[in-house]
Amino acid sequence: MGAKVEAMQARPAAAPRGVAQARSLFDPEILRQALVGAFGKLDPRVQIRNPVMFVVLIGSIITLVEAAAHSSVFSWSITAWLFLTVIFANFAEAMAEGRGKAQAQTLRRMRADTEARRLDRDGTEVRVPASTLVRGDIVVCEAGDLIPSDGEIVEGIASVDESAITGESAPVIRESGGDRSAVTGGTKVLSDRIVVRITADRGNTFLDRMIALVEGANRQKTPNEIALTILLATLTIIFLPVVVVLQPFGHYAGASVSVVILVALLVCLIPTTIGALLSAIGIAGMDRLVQRNVLAMSGRAVEAAGDVQTLLLDKTGTITLGNRMATAFVPVSGVGEQDLADAAQLASLADETPEGRSIVVLAKERFGIRERDLGAGHEFIPFSATTRMSGLDIDGRRIRKGAAEAVCRWVAEQGGSIPEALSEIVEEISRSGSTPLVVADGARVLGVIELKDVVKEGIRERFDALRSVGIRTVMITGDNPLTAAAIAQEAGVDDYLAEATPERKLDLIRAEQEGGKLVAMTGDGTNDAPALAQADVGVAMNTGTTAAKEAGNMVDLDSNPTKLIDIVEVGKQLLITRGSLTTFSIANDVAKYFAIIPALFVTTYPQLSALNIMKLHNPKTAVLSAVIFNALVIIALIPLALRGVRWRPSSPGAILRRNVFIYGLGGIVIPFAFIKVIDLFLTAIHWY
Amino acid sequence: MSLFWTIAVLVVLLGLTWRFLGSYIAAIYQGRVHYLEWIERPLYRALAVDPEAEQTWQRYAGALIVFSGVAILLTYLIQRIQGSLPWNPLHLGAVGPALSWNTAVSFVTNTNWQNYAGESTMSYLTQMVALTVQQFVSAAVGIAVAIALIRGFSRKGSPTIGNFWVDLVRGVLYLLLPIAFFAGLIYVGQGAVQTLAGPVTIHDALTGYTQVILRGPVGFMEAIKELGTNGGGFFNANGSHPFEDPTALTNFLSIFLMLSIPVALTYTFGKMVGGIRQGVAVLMAMAIIFAGWTAFTVYAESRPNPAVAAAHVVPQPQGNTEGKEVRFGVPLTTLYNVVSTQTSTGSVSGANDSFTPMGGFGLMSGMMLGEVTPGGDGSGLYTILLFAIITVFIGGLMIGRTPEYLGKKIQSREVKLAALGVLVMPIVVLVMTGIAVSVHAGRVAPTNSGPHAFSEILYAFTSQTNNNGSAFAGLSGNTPFYNVMGSIAMLLGRFAIIVPVLALAGALAAKSVVPAGLGTFRTDTPLFTGLLIGVILIVGGLTFFPAVSLGPIVEQLSHGRLF
Amino acid sequence: MLLHIRRSVVLSLIFLVVLGLVYPLAGTGISQLLFTHQAEGSLTPDGSTLIGQAWTGPKWFQGRPDGNVVTDGPHHVVVSGTEQLGPRSKTLEEAVAKEAKRLKEEGIVPTQDLVTYSGSLVDPDITPADAYAQVKSIARARGLPVNEVRHLVATHIHTRQLGFLGQDYVIVLELNEALARLH
Repeated sequence: MGAKVEAMQARPAAAPRGVAQARSLFDPEILRQALVGAFGKLDPRVQIRNPVMFVVLIGSIITLVEAAAHSSVFSWSITAWLFLTVIFANFAEAMAEGRGKAQAQTLRRMRADTEARRLDRDGTEVRVPASTLVRGDIVVCEAGDLIPSDGEIVEGIASVDESAITGESAPVIRESGGDRSAVTGGTKVLSDRIVVRITADRGNTFLDRMIALVEGANRQKTPNEIALTILLATLTIIFLPVVVVLQPFGHYAGASVSVVILVALLVCLIPTTIGALLSAIGIAGMDRLVQRNVLAMSGRAVEAAGDVQTLLLDKTGTITLGNRMATAFVPVSGVGEQDLADAAQLASLADETPEGRSIVVLAKERFGIRERDLGAGHEFIPFSATTRMSGLDIDGRRIRKGAAEAVCRWVAEQGGSIPEALSEIVEEISRSGSTPLVVADGARVLGVIELKDVVKEGIRERFDALRSVGIRTVMITGDNPLTAAAIAQEAGVDDYLAEATPERKLDLIRAEQEGGKLVAMTGDGTNDAPALAQADVGVAMNTGTTAAKEAGNMVDLDSNPTKLIDIVEVGKQLLITRGSLTTFSIANDVAKYFAIIPALFVTTYPQLSALNIMKLHNPKTAVLSAVIFNALVIIALIPLALRGVRWRPSSPGAILRRNVFIYGLGGIVIPFAFIKVIDLFLTAIHWY
Repeated sequence: MSLFWTIAVLVVLLGLTWRFLGSYIAAIYQGRVHYLEWIERPLYRALAVDPEAEQTWQRYAGALIVFSGVAILLTYLIQRIQGSLPWNPLHLGAVGPALSWNTAVSFVTNTNWQNYAGESTMSYLTQMVALTVQQFVSAAVGIAVAIALIRGFSRKGSPTIGNFWVDLVRGVLYLLLPIAFFAGLIYVGQGAVQTLAGPVTIHDALTGYTQVILRGPVGFMEAIKELGTNGGGFFNANGSHPFEDPTALTNFLSIFLMLSIPVALTYTFGKMVGGIRQGVAVLMAMAIIFAGWTAFTVYAESRPNPAVAAAHVVPQPQGNTEGKEVRFGVPLTTLYNVVSTQTSTGSVSGANDSFTPMGGFGLMSGMMLGEVTPGGDGSGLYTILLFAIITVFIGGLMIGRTPEYLGKKIQSREVKLAALGVLVMPIVVLVMTGIAVSVHAGRVAPTNSGPHAFSEILYAFTSQTNNNGSAFAGLSGNTPFYNVMGSIAMLLGRFAIIVPVLALAGALAAKSVVPAGLGTFRTDTPLFTGLLIGVILIVGGLTFFPAVSLGPIVEQLSHGRLF
Repeated sequence: MLLHIRRSVVLSLIFLVVLGLVYPLAGTGISQLLFTHQAEGSLTPDGSTLIGQAWTGPKWFQGRPDGNVVTDGPHHVVVSGTEQLGPRSKTLEEAVAKEAKRLKEEGIVPTQDLVTYSGSLVDPDITPADAYAQVKSIARARGLPVNEVRHLVATHIHTRQLGFLGQDYVIVLELNEALARLH
């Protein structure tokens, strides 16, 4: 199964969303607003931005004048439907925007003025409105406070509820220094006290940008969109003379050609379907990303994502489970393996981390050592960043497990000695790509637990799928080359970069780009910033530093590095939807010709009725049917435009064949059927 | 059956030239053949051209435009003063200004539309130094543009696209001149006249009549006329005249020559961009459309001529013999005319005007597809590559990638230029036809009436804008109106496409190359060929359907009616 | 720009000489040497086997109805084709009917080529069927045995070239010259 299915499964699991509230495609509220918006957009200054629909608007004005001058049911009907065509196009755009606007409103509520506790230079605390904060101000936040603006923690550690932005209900830890020091305005401090230096100016906070983004406020056309607009304009320009010259041609043949029919023909021929839906497709594409909790800073980046040929993926968390699993107990000489396992299990009983659990489980599996209820008189020693150990004090035993250095230092402090073999074992395990955890009982070193990287289930298939669409995956890891190779092999990535440093990452990206490839990567640390900036698609984790978020062109609110694959999918879908609807739009013209051309000249050349292969009732019903079809098809395709054409990884040839079949051949055949149906309907109601 | 063998032999011969002429052409423009260096070197010295120095697209286009402008003036001048020049056995006076202008433009743009009867208008000298010269040069210019575009695809990060002067000279010297000379001998050997001795007057003792037989340096002009996809004949009757095209063999040779370079250029293309299959994909699109049109038109002409049938005097077992020559027969004549209209040559070995309505439609619509199947020397390839870019763009979108062709990203600039190149032709044809049917000067020209008259006007502008040059005859084109309108159509049809093509070449050459991967939309597959065919047919069909429905389609549907 | 113009003029003049003079003149020279008869127009004492003549009256095999190759005087130049009648032209219908009527009056059963114009209007050829259709009337007019005239036609048929190119044809001038020699 492809990426899409996985993504869909993932979404409900991560329940209440902040930004990405799942709204049904036709949310009544959005529908209502879009209807209003559709009329608001009739302003010619708005319309001229879309050359195709502008021509329709002009056309409808011409038929209006014509209908006013020579009033007839026919000309009024055509006029009405031409206006509707414009309205429908506006409606499509308003629909796409409406979804963003609704999301923006939710966000705005969050921004509602909070009070900030500004710490002035002399150390006094002043309460000021958050909106007055400027970059460089220092503020204090305590449990229960909303963080007033984006900033960096300069002092303290706190747990923060970021659900407002990420939708993730579990609080995250933010602390000064390192890669987890960034906080976002609008999020809530749950515990402790932090001092934050404001890093964003008013109106330019993450929240502000996010609101602007989902609203599509300053949406700029992406390169492919521009290219497509040019193509559509070209088609419109070609069809203009095609239709206009029919007046003299007809006159030469002795026919009087109705201006209303000519305008109808022109509107039917120019690519109104795609013209009407083009901007909606673009907005909806961004929207789909937002629904996946990704904020793209530019549409260009989304489009580039579809073109990505190289994905740089961090090993940890993306390719392997972030958590290592215990796979072996290696005792030092003189200690039984079972004793080691027993001690290790004891030390891990209270350790609720997956790593700790895996030790308990391994001991049980290997030696049948049951989890036990400890009586009174024991004390768990939790892991702390300063000791880098955890353990258990029970019955006078002081069992510790932790990083080799830390445990060794502790043993030395206890007056114990370090067995010589230990460093060898530790080295051996490191070399194989695993992490060693040393276990000590008091002053005695017992041995080492091997924690191994476990490759995520299903990741291999995912990489295979990516490979089949021509995307090369490169694993980035700090591991040594030997380990990296082993994991790369297991995960099925195409290549790896071992002992990665920020410089080497940057070099790798540059090298790929020099070869003409587009590169996407994820990162969260400040030292990832240059690489994120250099990559064509740089996705910063929301948990990452401000520098990383500034450098990338997307932010993943879920901080899930696998997201890159979803982003690629959305990028591709965006292009496919545009391409397919363009094809459909142009293919439609064939049927419209067969409806209108015989009708246009039937009085002069009755023999042309041989071209009326749909056997439409009369010239008027024929023309009106084509116009009505042309208008209704816009409405009919709005869901497709908003949802996007299905994409799943397969060969480009297969995708193309499928889309050409559906939208090309389908585009030729479908209108014949529907124009006929509309004609039958018009005949049945005796409209003519 | 004889048509089957004709086509079978033709395909085999073209297969050979595709392979060997194609790679020879690549060698010519990559500077890998040198045997005529002894002519080239002094020539470049006289021009003060450094053959190693390349030009940007702007300079390349500038040189091309200026050169063509000078060629038009020179060709115009020679016609205007031919009365005072030698080799004028019929003592023909100066050609009128409007006609001279039209003819000069016509030959320089590789159109060879002729609003005159050659044998009674142009002196031998004019035919040679004005017209024959341009038949070489205009073909070489077209090929040079195609090569420049190919270079655009095959280079990376290059600011230049070649040197126009070198491309022009090498195309003439290495490619056109040797083949034309050899072919010229065959034409004469078969019966084409080649003499400067003037007309001969013969008294026929059998009937008592006296005949004036017009002659001239015909055979060698015929060779370059066909090879260069020019089509401008020495005689008014063009390729149906026995002195131009004396036998079925020369007719076959002409067909072969017209197709040889446009077909071979697809190999050249594949070779220069590093994938013969790329060329094959384009060639197949050309071949499939061409085959369809040939089958359609040959069938249409195997049917009786409606007007002849209406007389109810003879059965028509041979199909439509009206306007066709006995020595060729109906199928071969039809094949020739289809090839001629689809290679932008425009010579005829039978009267286009007399084709059945559907046969005429086959000829006209072949041109309306943009002269890409396979089109004229060079122009066919560069025009179909514009269609290919649009195909790649739409196809690329449909698979979800920023489209790329031969490793070059197709972005807004490329789409803009390709679309511009594609939209020029239909707009010019339709607008010009619209004007012609609206004004008195335009309306009086057709000699037929009814929808056929409309077809004749539409055909005239389709042919001229596509630089084809064939006519539905039946149009009194030598009027100031048609001379001027036609020249505008021909100039736009030529240079308003060449300039965007060269700009495209420049834009592409400057780009870096995206390596092809599994996710790349492959352009060397039957799928691409199919899509390209679809785009060509859709663009042509959608733009011309209303117009043709008022011409040949109505004519066809008017069963039992004469006009 | 100025450089472009200078180069254009120089190159045009060079091409004028090489392509406009050397090429056709060299071609003429070699042609006259190798193919004198063809290069001069495939002439016979009575005309050219490649250019149709006007044959009137029942004594001669008649060609395509092109007809306009006849001139009144040596300096009245007649231009070759093409005839300009469309496939639904009333004029064409009338012309065909008229030609058929004339042939019938001469005792010839009209055939397709004998009533339709050629492309060049100087088509020198007819198909064997067209010739055979005239055998009876010519034999009658000249007082010759039908078989002899028929045999004459049979021996003057040019079969299609290389066995597949074009179609079988008879050169009217050649046939009539042979017919004249029959006496």
